[in-house]
Amino acid sequence: MIRVDCVEKSYRKGGLFSKERQKVLTNISFECKPGECLGIIGESGSGKSTLGRLILGIEKPDRGTVLFEGKPVAVRKARAGNISAVFQDYTSSINPFYTVEQAIMEPLKLQGKIRKDDQSKIDLLLHQVGLNPSYRKKYPHELSGGEAQRVCIARAVSTEPKCILLDEAISSLDGSVQIQVLELLMSLRKIYNMAYLFITHDIQAAAYICDRVMIIRDGQIEEIARVEHLKDVQSAYARKLLQMIIT
Amino acid sequence: MKFFLNVLKDKLAALSLCIIVVTVSVGIFAPLFAPHDPEEVHMELRFASLSWEYLLGNDHLGRCILSRLIYGIRPSVLWVFVALVLSVSFGAFLGFIAGYFRGKTDAFVMRVCDVMLSFPGYVMTLALIGILGVGLENILIAFVLSKWAWFARIIRTSVMQVAESDYIKFSKALGVSDIKIMVKHIVPVALPDIAVISSSSFGSMMLQISGFSFLGLGIQAPNAEWGMMLNEAREVMFSRPEFMLAPGLAIILVVSAVNFLSDALQVALDPKLMISKHKLQGLARASAANLQGKEVA
Repeated sequence: MIRVDCVEKSYRKGGLFSKERQKVLTNISFECKPGECLGIIGESGSGKSTLGRLILGIEKPDRGTVLFEGKPVAVRKARAGNISAVFQDYTSSINPFYTVEQAIMEPLKLQGKIRKDDQSKIDLLLHQVGLNPSYRKKYPHELSGGEAQRVCIARAVSTEPKCILLDEAISSLDGSVQIQVLELLMSLRKIYNMAYLFITHDIQAAAYICDRVMIIRDGQIEEIARVEHLKDVQSAYARKLLQMIIT
Repeated sequence: MKFFLNVLKDKLAALSLCIIVVTVSVGIFAPLFAPHDPEEVHMELRFASLSWEYLLGNDHLGRCILSRLIYGIRPSVLWVFVALVLSVSFGAFLGFIAGYFRGKTDAFVMRVCDVMLSFPGYVMTLALIGILGVGLENILIAFVLSKWAWFARIIRTSVMQVAESDYIKFSKALGVSDIKIMVKHIVPVALPDIAVISSSSFGSMMLQISGFSFLGLGIQAPNAEWGMMLNEAREVMFSRPEFMLAPGLAIILVVSAVNFLSDALQVALDPKLMISKHKLQGLARASAANLQGKEVA
């Protein structure tokens, strides 16, 4: 469904006229099938968030293509309502001037799907992410981290997308809340049959939720493995990463 | 409407709004409100003190100070406001483009701003008046041309802070168009900043217009203008200091009303400040109840 082919990305280093460029991603190719959960694991600075931005179509790759169902994601119409995202920083994920209701309505409005039953739809979405309908009139600063992240998830699911990109979506939450949100994500995936692209540096969380994991290092794919076979990864770097968790 | 009520809850803001509304409407309908012709000279009434016929007395040519004050609202407040709105909206437009799109557009707009800002403001305005000729409208044009760069720079910074945030990223990922993102997400967040910088420069613009009128570059002599009235009073500052009062107080009143109102707008627009205020009131009530409880005990 999502097909990333030979993607490269570099950013300019220094000022406007500097020619020096820093390469962030080199020759990345992979595919994510419908309904699959693909984990993208890497250390800080390995280029995983940049890859996320490319997949969302916010930025364009220097070389290579990112296709969603055969169409390039950079075309707005190709991804409208089909790809959604949840980000790491829950404090800036919701417009501080929007109530929870307005925030969830935004993607729905964009699709022109405003019907009378939308009020009940918001209640349903809030219920699905484990929040009370009384949260509808609250502003983001009145929510706790876990609650805000739940609202973000509800907002991402609202258009029933085929794919959600979770960019470090649970990394800024604390332990017990992390597990709750992971459980929530897994139950939602059953309901809507969505694909997840789960970007994280936390192998345990990835192993918990993903079908396949892709390990990247310095902007290159180190290895792609199914979770069941995570133990017998080939590359030295992947082994080292796993070793660090086990000990 | 809810927002309007929020503003009115704050008493200082309501008072400021009243002052501004009254000033503006009196200025627009000046001929109806002014008791005398502001340019009518009565040499026998030179420096006359307050009387029932001339409520604020007469100036060095025996002209009615109240009427001059009322007619002076037009250049001092209304036209300054027009110039301010023009330069803020031009600056905001460029600032939004530069801050949102970044990259080469940003670099180009900011270098142009740097060039504009590298000239001292007064000199730039003087040069433009030199080219365009003397008169109020030319001063206003010069203001718009020399001030937009400053606004563009400040607005760009506040847009940039917002444009980085994740909810903008989310909207982009959804496929919302750039214009819609700017209108729906960035304008409301940047508006308080814009309100504060424009209100603070309102005062300085009023004073600058007065300064130029004093140099003989702005309003020409018989026409009334607050800054010019101050300058006329300056000549008799030590013998009759009370003549400074009317125009001076008028300037202070209007400028502070604008500043207070923009402050209140900022509070009324921001849900965070709004809520915290409610909570504060709640806390005050709670502590008051506590105190009463203690007294009973």
